[in-house]
Amino acid sequence: MAGKLFKWQYLIIALIAAGLILLPFSGDIYYTSIMVIIAIYSMLTIGLCLLMGYTGQISLGHAAFYGTGAFISAITTAKYGWSPWLAMPVAAISTAAIAYFIGLPIFRLRGNYLAMGTLGMGIIIWVLFNELDQFTGGPSGLPGVPGLSIGGFAFDTDFRYYYLVWGVCAVMLIISYNIIHSRSGRALRAIHGSEAASEAVGINVSQFKIQVFVLSAVFASIAGSLYVHYLAYVSPSPFDFMFSIKLVVMAVIGGLANIWGAVFGAGAVVMIDQHLGTFGELDTILFGLILILVMIFMSHGLIPGIGDLYEKWRTRRAKAQDALSSK
Amino acid sequence: MSSDQLAQYLFTGLTQGSLYALIALGFAITYTVTGIINFAQGEFVMLGGMFSYYILDNTSLPIAAVFLISVIAVSLVGVLLELLAIRPARNSPVVSLIIITIGASILIRGMVGEYISKDAVPIPSFTGDGKFSVLGAVVTYQSLWVIGIALVSVVGFYLLLSRTMIGKALRACSINKRTASLMGINASNMSTLSFLISAALGAIGGIVIAPLAFTQVTIGVSLGLRGFVAAAIGGFTNIPLIVAGALGLGILEQLGGATLSAYKDAIALGALLVVLIIRAGWLQTATGSE
Repeated sequence: MAGKLFKWQYLIIALIAAGLILLPFSGDIYYTSIMVIIAIYSMLTIGLCLLMGYTGQISLGHAAFYGTGAFISAITTAKYGWSPWLAMPVAAISTAAIAYFIGLPIFRLRGNYLAMGTLGMGIIIWVLFNELDQFTGGPSGLPGVPGLSIGGFAFDTDFRYYYLVWGVCAVMLIISYNIIHSRSGRALRAIHGSEAASEAVGINVSQFKIQVFVLSAVFASIAGSLYVHYLAYVSPSPFDFMFSIKLVVMAVIGGLANIWGAVFGAGAVVMIDQHLGTFGELDTILFGLILILVMIFMSHGLIPGIGDLYEKWRTRRAKAQDALSSK
Repeated sequence: MSSDQLAQYLFTGLTQGSLYALIALGFAITYTVTGIINFAQGEFVMLGGMFSYYILDNTSLPIAAVFLISVIAVSLVGVLLELLAIRPARNSPVVSLIIITIGASILIRGMVGEYISKDAVPIPSFTGDGKFSVLGAVVTYQSLWVIGIALVSVVGFYLLLSRTMIGKALRACSINKRTASLMGINASNMSTLSFLISAALGAIGGIVIAPLAFTQVTIGVSLGLRGFVAAAIGGFTNIPLIVAGALGLGILEQLGGATLSAYKDAIALGALLVVLIIRAGWLQTATGSE
């Protein structure tokens, strides 16, 4: 039974992968560009899933790391003429260092305090994006961020950028998959289960938490770099508190402990934004409702929750059939 | 910094701190009674200001009536939040409850933005825009209203908890819910009541401060954060210490902002986080709780 299910899973993943690879050939520029954004958001959500779903921690300020990567890439390339390929790792390393030094004190906190602490951190960094205007351009932003290219090959169309970002996203998925299924991954899940018990069996709890936090910050930073080189422009507004919450919505829709679901969650939020975001605040209302309802009725997240419902329905049907046949 | 300026910062800080005190007590009552940190606490403040604006804009009711109606309306929102979102998930893990109240927070923001106003809205001062001078500080009538009403609310809150049967029941729930239930206290009702009280406190703060600062849908988050820190300073239970913490924060923000005004928010919040980390670290080790 389990083996059969497994084959189905592979088939579905293969179909989705094939669809992703072929999509840009449809020539639909609108959807290709939306898919670029979905890939970038997926990178952010994968990191957040590692932190929230697998380790049981919470970050309500993750947009800050996304913004840090974005601004470091934008400033070094647009103002100082660095190569984007140098700027990106520099941004990632700097963001990792920032996350590490924030993580040291903040992961002494747990639960509610941690949530408040990360929320405050996000707001502070956002204020800095706005106020350090000699570097960041302030609220009006910084134009003239160069595009990406390798040798003579420029990623200057949505078609080309699509493969770049989904390639990076796939690498992040594979890295995360390997972490989850490694000794470290088991340690993370143990921390989620019980910190005291993990500590007792020799897991260095705070070190693991900070490592996951730093890793998710690095993912966010790379996503930020790819975002600014795509838009050729950066301003503080995409990295505000609401975006941090949107990231949580993505993770909640995808299923917190489900890195594959992260991609669906990112896709769902982008689609909702596209269709409702232009009519005032309906998207915000919907996101609020999603967070409340999913957490009340499906605490593992929307997609796994639907899977659970399906399983329940199937076992109930199987039981009913057994009862019929035994008659 | 001249002594005039100092007096001004102290007074403005005291006014702002009074608002933080109301928010902080809201956090304290829900946290001690239900064990839940309500991340939508700051939205009650925003709702208070927004409802008042909406009523004033559409009717010609006197300010006292507007005040009363707004507080009752926001209290109802608090009750609904508890009944519809918190109660069904009462036994969920902390992270789920945090996400639920965050969801409530942005739901409220979205509704207000959609149906009342997305912009910063003003309401007039309660008794005109008069002001006078004390020790070189300019004191507006409205800031006296803020401090006065906050003071009355805090004292009322204190008396409610310490002198009435309901207060005793609330305190019993905060010490041990199961034992309280055995004594015939309806713990679920007390949970709802705590949300009602915290919403009312937030609304009162939001309405009295509205004439001094524009109300905007986005103000809830950072106000909530400041209230939370003040509540944490007082360990969520020590009312005088919570109020002192809130007033201290208000003044500290003014003094800090005076020297480096551009980074006012970042510095203030940074200082708050340091307090939070030190204090919460202590709280967690002292109580072993989250």
